[in-house]
Amino acid sequence: MKLRSLGILFASALSIAAGVMPANAEKIVISNWDGYMPKDMAEKFKAETGIDLEVAVHATNEEIMGKVTASGGQGFDVLFVSSPFAEALNQLGLLSPIDAAKIPNLSNLYPEATQLKHDPGNTFSVPYSWGTTGLCYRSDLVKAEPTSWNDLLNPSDDLKGKITMLATDRWLMAAGFLANGMSVNTTDQASLDKVRDQLVATKKSLLAYDDTTFYSKLVSGEASLVHAWDGWCNYGIAENDKIKYVVPKEGSDLWVDTMVITKASANPEGAAKFINFVLKAENGKWVAENIMYKTPNKAGMDSLDKATLEKYPNMAIAPADLLKFEQLRDLGAGMKAFSKTVSEIMAAK
Amino acid sequence: MAPGLIWLTALMIVPCLLIFVLAFYERGIYGGVDWSILTSENIRRAADWLYVSVFIDSARIAGIATLIALLIGYPAAFAIARAPERLQTPLLFMAILPFWTNYLIRTYAWIVLLNPAGLINGALIHLGIISEPLPILYNEFAVILGLVYNYTPFVVLAIYSSLQRLDPSYAEASRDLGASAFTTFVRIILPLTASGVAAGAVFVFVLSIGNFVTPDLLGGGKLQMIGNLIYDQFLTARDWPFGATLSGLLIALMMLALTAQALAAGRARGEHA
Repeated sequence: MKLRSLGILFASALSIAAGVMPANAEKIVISNWDGYMPKDMAEKFKAETGIDLEVAVHATNEEIMGKVTASGGQGFDVLFVSSPFAEALNQLGLLSPIDAAKIPNLSNLYPEATQLKHDPGNTFSVPYSWGTTGLCYRSDLVKAEPTSWNDLLNPSDDLKGKITMLATDRWLMAAGFLANGMSVNTTDQASLDKVRDQLVATKKSLLAYDDTTFYSKLVSGEASLVHAWDGWCNYGIAENDKIKYVVPKEGSDLWVDTMVITKASANPEGAAKFINFVLKAENGKWVAENIMYKTPNKAGMDSLDKATLEKYPNMAIAPADLLKFEQLRDLGAGMKAFSKTVSEIMAAK
Repeated sequence: MAPGLIWLTALMIVPCLLIFVLAFYERGIYGGVDWSILTSENIRRAADWLYVSVFIDSARIAGIATLIALLIGYPAAFAIARAPERLQTPLLFMAILPFWTNYLIRTYAWIVLLNPAGLINGALIHLGIISEPLPILYNEFAVILGLVYNYTPFVVLAIYSSLQRLDPSYAEASRDLGASAFTTFVRIILPLTASGVAAGAVFVFVLSIGNFVTPDLLGGGKLQMIGNLIYDQFLTARDWPFGATLSGLLIALMMLALTAQALAAGRARGEHA
């Protein structure tokens, strides 16, 4: 009974597949954040390579990490993840090495993009976008333009209840680390405690922790100053030109979102072709224009309109300046103490 | 029987056992589970005041939500049960109508209503009643409001069904013997519908204490309930064993509440007979 209905299901799945796809169609499956690549990516890729692109979405790094560690990466060919997660996936033996011979467009990357600390020489990850984490604000609602992490962490009275911070643990803590001149990968207990006390104090002045709608809170005027990724601040700038972005004087982290190929990939050739496709000069430009993030694709960035760079000044931050900032790294054994500290902040009243 | 048993085993017992087993291992250095060492470290860690206080706080918030839901739900159920027969079905239908809309959408609707630049604050400021927006979003008030709003219909249904079963002649007899309406309610109706009250209360409490969406959205992430803590362990900290330990404790707490309710229901039936 069970077998028969499975058989019917299989047969109908086959007939559907046969109707839509040409015989022996090639296919790859990727997972990316929703809205983090141009909507017509699959069509363009298919037109150019004849390979079907199936796109799954994840809301967070942690979500795709959970899926991939649970299944060993089965069913996915290419994943878009932030660099610390690429690093962890590689340590877990779930990634395939990048074969530069199959991805000639790697030459379109800025030289800086091949010297990233998490993966010098791009051995298991290819950078897709990069940028800074800083302050995004309504220049018409703040009394003084913010310049320091302390403007967020110890806000002036008029900003109390009008600020938000990122809830994702690593960036939340990074704000405190940077304000104190510490490494963004700090895990020693004394430093964790110090930053915890600061962030618990800041919590009293927060409107909310917000990872996903902070820029709309700026647009609506609910918030005046928010902790933000530069590219995401651009979505706010697109809706209201009074919104501005600044990298605080103490610096930022350098975050890098990467593309990786799973070891379990059923079509590693197709996966390499996909990465090569994304790295083409015209596609680099098209990606940057669509997602409004900086890409490490020199050829693509060089061809961006002047007007775009003027409207979104953070897109013009030079790669050499980006590389001055420290990248978030996987914390490994330090993660336990780090997580407990974050729980303490989250549970604090 | 057999399909039911398979369902129960595959979807209830096996996952619970997995959680139980996972709780005795350690997080691997890069996430995942290190299967090489059996340990009780997670249990000891869960006894840390930090995590205990999150449990207590969640129970307090769930408890307040339950109490308010009962205070709203009982009179509503009572009114429906006393309404003319032909109106009862439409009224019950209206009580459950919100369930036709997705939970997230209803929660976001509250954000639209409550935010500092939202409809309620906007209207009050416009009418000159207040000059500064009321802090009614991203705090405990908003979380409790969200929980009460979402779960009160369960209370209405549970209490309505026990009021429905109540023989009206008991109340009539009480009134005939000279008891006031208030005494009749407190001494006759309320005890006889206690099982419905208990069922509704357990519904609200169990659903509230494990909720993580409402604290996240209406609490602005500033309020951590046990559901958020578990979510963070599984997803953010990638510490499945500790997440499993906390889940196990939460399941135990819920079982306790359900057992208490079953006992109360059993006793109420006993009194009936």
